[in-house]
Amino acid sequence: MVEMQGPSLPDPELLKVLRTMALGRAVDERCMNLQRQGRLGFYVPLEGQEAAQVGCGWALEKGDWVCPAYRELAVALTRGVPLSLILNQLYGNVGDLSKGRQMPNHYGFRDYRFVSASSPIGTQIIHAVGLAYASRYKGEKVVAVPFFGDGATSSTDFHSGMNFAGVYKAPVVFFCQNNQWAISLPREKQTLSATLAVKANAYGFPGVQIDGNDFHAVYRAVREARARALRGEGPTLIEAVTYRMGPHSTSDDPRRYRTPAELAAWKARDPIERLKAELVSRGVLSEAEFEAMQEEVRAEIQSAILEAEKLGPPEASTIFEDVFQNPPPNLEEERREFEEFVKEGVVRP
Amino acid sequence: MTELTLIQGVNKALHQAMKNDPDVLCLGEDIGVNGGVFRATDGLQKEFGEQRVLDTPLNESGIVGMAVGMALYGLKPVAEIQFLDFIYPAFDQIVSELAKLRYRSGGQFPAHVVIRTPYGGGIRGGLYHSQSTEQLFASTPGLKVVIPSTPADAKGLLLTAIFDEDPVLFMEPKRIYRTATGEVPDGDHRVPFGKARIVREGTDVSVFAYGAMVPTAFQACQVLEKTGIHAELIDLRTLVPLDIDAVVRSVEKTGRAVIVHEAPKFCGFGAELAAILAEKALYSLKAPIARVTGYDTPFPYTLENLYLPSVDRIGRAIQRTVAAG
Amino acid sequence: MSGVPPSSPARPPSGGAAPANADDVGAGTAVVPLPYSAKQLQELLGSSWEARLKEMYRGMLLGRVLDTRMLGLQRQGRVAFYGPATGQEATSVGAALAMAEGDWVLPGLREQLIALMRGLDLTLYLHHLFGNDLDTARGRQMPCHPSAREARYVSMSSNIGTQIIHAVGLAYALRYKRETGVSWAFFGDGATSSNDFHSGMNFAGVWKLPVLFVCTNNQWAISIPNEKQTASPTFAEKAQAYGFEGSRVDGTDVVAVYHALREAREALASGKGPRMIECVLYRLTPHSSSDDPSRYQPKGWMDRAKAHDPLGRFEAMLDKLGMLPSAEREAVRAELDAKVRAAIQEAEVMPPPRFESLFEDTLRTPAWPLTEERDSFDKEQGGNFP
Repeated sequence: MVEMQGPSLPDPELLKVLRTMALGRAVDERCMNLQRQGRLGFYVPLEGQEAAQVGCGWALEKGDWVCPAYRELAVALTRGVPLSLILNQLYGNVGDLSKGRQMPNHYGFRDYRFVSASSPIGTQIIHAVGLAYASRYKGEKVVAVPFFGDGATSSTDFHSGMNFAGVYKAPVVFFCQNNQWAISLPREKQTLSATLAVKANAYGFPGVQIDGNDFHAVYRAVREARARALRGEGPTLIEAVTYRMGPHSTSDDPRRYRTPAELAAWKARDPIERLKAELVSRGVLSEAEFEAMQEEVRAEIQSAILEAEKLGPPEASTIFEDVFQNPPPNLEEERREFEEFVKEGVVRP
Repeated sequence: MTELTLIQGVNKALHQAMKNDPDVLCLGEDIGVNGGVFRATDGLQKEFGEQRVLDTPLNESGIVGMAVGMALYGLKPVAEIQFLDFIYPAFDQIVSELAKLRYRSGGQFPAHVVIRTPYGGGIRGGLYHSQSTEQLFASTPGLKVVIPSTPADAKGLLLTAIFDEDPVLFMEPKRIYRTATGEVPDGDHRVPFGKARIVREGTDVSVFAYGAMVPTAFQACQVLEKTGIHAELIDLRTLVPLDIDAVVRSVEKTGRAVIVHEAPKFCGFGAELAAILAEKALYSLKAPIARVTGYDTPFPYTLENLYLPSVDRIGRAIQRTVAAG
Repeated sequence: MSGVPPSSPARPPSGGAAPANADDVGAGTAVVPLPYSAKQLQELLGSSWEARLKEMYRGMLLGRVLDTRMLGLQRQGRVAFYGPATGQEATSVGAALAMAEGDWVLPGLREQLIALMRGLDLTLYLHHLFGNDLDTARGRQMPCHPSAREARYVSMSSNIGTQIIHAVGLAYALRYKRETGVSWAFFGDGATSSNDFHSGMNFAGVWKLPVLFVCTNNQWAISIPNEKQTASPTFAEKAQAYGFEGSRVDGTDVVAVYHALREAREALASGKGPRMIECVLYRLTPHSSSDDPSRYQPKGWMDRAKAHDPLGRFEAMLDKLGMLPSAEREAVRAELDAKVRAAIQEAEVMPPPRFESLFEDTLRTPAWPLTEERDSFDKEQGGNFP
């Protein structure tokens, strides 16, 4: 573990950090409820991982590449992605940049160098290596950051990604949020190695384990790894030890595999509470001001939800778009048949 | 006989197989403590222990490859891939190893692994929890491909698969996991491979379907019955081995064929069926063969119901085929 | 077992620098003898050490004789392909001798010598190399892909690394059936980058299975030298990522290999979980008969690598110890060569597999359309066209 030091950023910026973390939490709370009410099809919560996500996101620069998994909502917030774009994707509505094609939380925002996420585990890790290589080839001074969990360290593309990055000394910061659970599989059944960070040894570059619920520790570790990568010294693996306080997704019931005591122990290390307590104790923030901040982010998410719910689904014919740049004849034929069906009322969009 | 859902049929088959034979083991992600993300393996670890129901690390190539190793020894592993959409890291193990071991070793090292995997759309699963890619596997020599559509078949076909001597990809229609219900024989119920099921008899047109498309096609046939079209619906059950006689015989009787599947049309399994009919029943055909399939696009999220063959789309195709000649 | 062989682990091979860099093959071209005294050999190999040394010599020589003959045949166009294992004989022989009968072998590309030492009949192997009707696999695979059920030597594919995870499944089955055997996974340096190295090592760690991962690091994956394969200084240390021990041994020293693998096998058999051993050696031939190393190897690399010839090093040790006089060695060589020639003679005249075999062994019972394809084969191939 990296040693505790003083604050990593000036206080005004730390207040912004706290607000971003609180916004992530507020989105989570609302969306979990919306899913239960049947207003959202599905949701992947990030509760408990706010310090890891915001800490890493805050340490990156605008030109850096983020290759997320499906849990990185708070990372998107640090990139400046408007809440409305995120909400439109969650609703899969006409305002969704990906035209309602993916499940909720599988977003991508080209303008923010936040790459489209897929559901298969770990595939984005090797993409980050390609992005890093390409950026360096083009003379950009940026890094690529794949986000992945403890389970993904077993995946095929963790192995290829780590190995390739080592060989090419690619400017990659491998950011692993070890949230202790890969759906129902606990970390100790995922691999026999003592830490996940130690896996970097197999690829010839350093791995560090940090307290992923400590914003300052995360921010510092990523800044350092980023600087190292840009000095041409190669990649770093960061294992941010954290906890998934919610279910894997709205389709999961964690009571089947873990104890309430374990959850309670981690709740005592809530990353938002920790940063807030620090700021309060240093007199940077009062309890009342924090309450006001909470109200503010709740209002923000509420209005974004109302806006998103006003929008209908994407045009039916978008189903045939974006398969190829120019559709092949068989797809054109299917589109013509579809339009005919719509006219005849066989298909009712 | 017990009234069960399709997923309960799967569960009962696994339970029966593990009870029959200590060499039957299950392995996969979240299948033990959690009982599977769909609960197909619910209760198995409690009853048979961690040694026989393995929660594996997150690596599909590892799951299938390890099962191959177990089978090389002589165990009968049943691997679960959480979603068909996640099977591709294991494609090498399936195509290059599992399906070829018997052939390449002259029969010395067959590996009979069963790979169970939920497939298909209609559950708001988007691109990566919805696909049907049976055609990729059906055109891999050395691999059997089985898709049940009823609880009784889920149990009977899975038991046959587990005690078969060849590798089997057992695709479970997850959309009807809980909506397909029916009487299931108790005990060691087996349904043979290569025998299609005539769901309803008819004289005007043959409708071929499998998996989750069977109940949808059935509904379309029922609706058309009222308009005087008597459609015969055939559930193929096993794509490999295929009940070629049932396919040809039915079309010889009706003279018309409508093929339904969720997978995209281009190079889909329907193309094989159409080719068979062209080769073996061309002179019985009174109308062009029709295919009702998923579109040749990736699988969408919001608009998935427009993508999937619906009662209306199937019904219209049947009507047109009957009207054509 | 007291003494650690003087030339073994830590920094093999004798005279070589960090072997993760293929260019560091060493400057000298003179063969370095294995560094053992008679006393040390007795300590390492036990009281029947002389017999064991002869066994080792015979095994390595068989591999060499086969390679020489078969590469010659390949050049004459009498076999289509050959994958030599020249330079790897010490590792194969050391491993074969360290195994028990109940062990399983999941081979990589160059472990055929192990099959032969575990009882695969030489003539049957030749039938395989010629892909004739007597080949167990009916000529379906390229040469050098044998399989032998009775030797528990599993059929291999040409795909890299896929067998590594099979070894893990087999080890699980062995433990489940309370068998004492262990499972041996052989693979090269290149395979450490493959998917199933990762899945195999990780799965074996999680269940603490009796798998011995033997990496035959011959410095080259076709044209890719180790330093371009991975940034880790050694392959052995990759085991750390999976929570178990990895070590290195001089893979051109048959005594060291035998000793290290036997010790590891014993630890495995007593339930101590998996181990990885990296055998550092040198590929003394092209990758296969279809490869031309002059396109990618530094000038003179192969000549310098020959300083690590396992057979040469062994013979130099015999010279030093005054064992097995050259006449005796010649007699062994002549005997093995005669055996190989006889096997070639027998196999080469055998007809190709019956056409029906094309349709066998895909599924246990062939299904349509294969049955139809088989039944109409005669008509289609009938030669009456037009």
